[in-house]
Amino acid sequence: MELSSTQESLERFRRRLMVAGGFVLVAFLILAARFFWLQVLQYEHFRTRAEDNRISLLPIPPTRGLILDRHGEVLAHNYSAYTLEITPSQVDDLEGTIDRLSEFITIEARDRRRFRRLMEDAKRFESLPLKTRLSDEEVAKFIARRYRFPGVEIKARLFRQYPKGELASHALGYLGRIAERDLARIEEANQSANYRGAEHFGKAGLEQSYEFELHGVAGYEKVEVDAGGRAVRVLSRTPPIAGNNLTLTLDAKLQEIAERAFGDRRGALVAIEPDTGGILALVSKPTFDPNLFVDGIGAADWQALNESPDKPLVNRALTGAYPPGSTFKPFMALAALHYGKRRPEQAILDPGYFVFGNHVFRDDKKGGHGLVDMYKSIVVSCDTYYYVLANDLGIDNIASFMSMFGFGAKTGVDIEGEVEGVLPSQAWKKKRFRKPEQQKWYAGETVSIAIGQGYNAYTPMQLALATATLANDGVMFRPHLVRYVTDTRTGERRYIEPNPIKKLPIKQEHLDVIKRAMVGVNKEGTGARAFAGAPYTVAGKTGTAQVFSYKGAEHKTETMSAHLRDHALYIAFAPVEKPKIALAVLVENGGFGAQAAAPIARQVLDYYLLGKWPSGAAPTDEDAEESSP
Amino acid sequence: MIRRFFHWLIAPIDASLFALTLILLILSVIAQASAAPHMLVAQFSNIAVALVVMRIAAQLPPQRLMEWALPIYLVGVLLLVAVALFGDVSKGARRWLNLGFMRVQPSELMKIAMPMMLAWYFQKHEALLGFKQFLIAALLLAVPVALIAKQPDLGTAILVFAAGFFVLFFAGLPWKVIIGSLLAAAFIAPFAWHWLHDYQRNRILTLLDPEKDPLGKGFHIIQSTIAIGSGGVLGKGWREGTQAQLEFIPERHTDFIFAVWSEEFGLLGNLVLLVLFALLIARGLAIASGAANLFSRLLAGSLTLVLFTYAFVNMGMVSGILPVVGVPLPFISYGGTALVTLCLAVGILMSIQKNRMLVQK
Repeated sequence: MELSSTQESLERFRRRLMVAGGFVLVAFLILAARFFWLQVLQYEHFRTRAEDNRISLLPIPPTRGLILDRHGEVLAHNYSAYTLEITPSQVDDLEGTIDRLSEFITIEARDRRRFRRLMEDAKRFESLPLKTRLSDEEVAKFIARRYRFPGVEIKARLFRQYPKGELASHALGYLGRIAERDLARIEEANQSANYRGAEHFGKAGLEQSYEFELHGVAGYEKVEVDAGGRAVRVLSRTPPIAGNNLTLTLDAKLQEIAERAFGDRRGALVAIEPDTGGILALVSKPTFDPNLFVDGIGAADWQALNESPDKPLVNRALTGAYPPGSTFKPFMALAALHYGKRRPEQAILDPGYFVFGNHVFRDDKKGGHGLVDMYKSIVVSCDTYYYVLANDLGIDNIASFMSMFGFGAKTGVDIEGEVEGVLPSQAWKKKRFRKPEQQKWYAGETVSIAIGQGYNAYTPMQLALATATLANDGVMFRPHLVRYVTDTRTGERRYIEPNPIKKLPIKQEHLDVIKRAMVGVNKEGTGARAFAGAPYTVAGKTGTAQVFSYKGAEHKTETMSAHLRDHALYIAFAPVEKPKIALAVLVENGGFGAQAAAPIARQVLDYYLLGKWPSGAAPTDEDAEESSP
Repeated sequence: MIRRFFHWLIAPIDASLFALTLILLILSVIAQASAAPHMLVAQFSNIAVALVVMRIAAQLPPQRLMEWALPIYLVGVLLLVAVALFGDVSKGARRWLNLGFMRVQPSELMKIAMPMMLAWYFQKHEALLGFKQFLIAALLLAVPVALIAKQPDLGTAILVFAAGFFVLFFAGLPWKVIIGSLLAAAFIAPFAWHWLHDYQRNRILTLLDPEKDPLGKGFHIIQSTIAIGSGGVLGKGWREGTQAQLEFIPERHTDFIFAVWSEEFGLLGNLVLLVLFALLIARGLAIASGAANLFSRLLAGSLTLVLFTYAFVNMGMVSGILPVVGVPLPFISYGGTALVTLCLAVGILMSIQKNRMLVQK
């Protein structure tokens, strides 16, 4: 009995052993099937993933293209400097680490603040600069202690530098760290791959508008990395291609003279080569130092620039719209000739005022200018002549004529942010205002428009373009700052639009009348004092634009608060026979154009045409060396 | 003299068990030399210790093991209780007991003590095996498993539970109970979810969808399956595995050594490993089949299946079909404790094989 029970239990045990054996077999077959799936059927997939794991493409940012003036003078270049960088994700005690670093590397509160700000909008694994421009000594000190600082390293990086400091800062613009908005642009331009590893992006001026020319082509290093992301060895390397260089039409010396001529005054100047549209000088005062932005502008600097009542970051030449004042008159006179509303010799008797309806429009000369023909109306800047002319022409004729010269429209200059300004017309007013009584155009309003006041608002760039077009006998070129782009790879130069965009349908004899009158301005008129003794022929026109309307009341410039004073304007071109330069000057709250703006134009023209440095403004050191015997 | 010593030395050794173990140990050295060459010397000494333990165990008659079963089990449970009360915490788990002069992990001991105890218990009640005996055996099993799971050490708990369960299974636990328990377990599983530690839940979630958190918890499984898959049929070659050499495989010389092996020797290497384990298990089951008494049979069968459990759970988890639990690949993974335990089990199997005739004749 017991034996059979033992026998039976043994039998059962052996059956169970069979079951266990079968189970083991099935389990191992499952494993084998899993291996087959992974290693045979999915082999390609996993092989690729292993390769992706192993190989990392490290972008090598290209060197940014240079910006040179028309004579090859460097306005923006790059320099290499050592930076101390921290990868926050690899550092446990960030504050403590920075404290310990500061024991042998000077880290200012400003550096810490900037680092904290960078951290806020950085990706987790990025390494961020704590301090830029380490001294050799600091580099050596860090190298000796680097083992104590995991996640901290020294990198050689290229930094943008503007050797001339504030000079032409509004034309050059500046760089900043790539922001969300920039990423969208990069994506739009299909450049995302090219910007891997890139840190900076043009934020204003040429740096912004020619960003994709200047940036270059990123290179790649194919490296084998371990699981920690550390590069183990380099497998191959595709070198980056430096960005293209920009050679400007801008003349750095001329620019310097123009900027200096403003002194501490606010304002703008645009000088254009009439027969190419090349911009010779683009001034907006006050300026700023674009170098401040290179490694992240400090909060204090940023605040100072942003909150200054003088608004140094605003590019007045392109984004400031001002009434042109009397600089509008030559164009008005030309319109009168063009539409046959006046003959040059036709004269009026100016009593010093003009009554329209129940409103009295005053001339700025008490008692009037007497008998005034077209020539004299420009030379002495007679308002009454234009008050009368205004409604003979009518607002819509004025608007359509002025729009030919580019007033009230973007000039298409190769910097972003340009505003349109206001070219008033019946249609404009209808669009601008909502209430029906405001939408109606009143003939009285045309009277103010005729002397460049009222709704008129144009940028200095528009005024300069119109002047250049006038100087160039109606042939208009798109104003541009870049003369040519030099392709780094081929060395080939790509010129920017040397072709005219349009020829205005204006008779030469009409143009000659106006030009002759503008020459008269500087000989015997409002510009005569500023241009006394000029050895070249120069056409010009002064302007004084009211910031504030005084309803015909007399006002004295000296007694008014500085920000309510009139804007001083001046337009000019020279030499008249074959103009090489046309310009528009605006001095904010400068008072009379003849006093404030015309002398600036004189200095610019003297240098450009005669190579003469203005008295008082000593040439820079290097120039002194050049010119000394 | 030397000859006599050699004869004495090999006398209790089972040739096929020893050969298979030795081959696996050689493969271990090959894998370790690739995964962690700097640990090779330490692994050699582990192997030496383990082989000595194996030889000693082979010498022990099953009779002696039976006598020791109860005391060892009791000491083991007491130590587990002590761990729960005074144990050292490391990596969030309370597994070690500091005895002053050394730190021990009592749960490891239970992998052998558990099947010994149950085998002894069934041997003692061989004549009248009934429901009551199985219930008591289940209780004897549940206490240490619960203590270990509580530490928490899911991997060891599974292995100890498996060891005990296999004894019950071979002792003839009725099928309806087995199937009934499985159904009950499936029913309880959702509730059990609440008892699991967060890290245990995460492991299961990670298994279900490793890509959800590729840099975090899923990293282990993703990287090990990439390693295996990219090994292909023939592998990338010894010390040529990019996943292994560039440290993408976590724990690559311990729990995840199989991924290294698999990447460098491919499907072929995996099959070699599977066949070796299968042969070892087959030999173990054969020994169980011919064992002298119920104790030996149950112990041999259970230890063999524990070996299988080790191998299956480890390869299953590394290849991504089982959750990540801390179970090493038998004989291959680096580490002295597991190796000693495994060689002890092999030694016991040898002893059982050696003593199979004694009672039967």
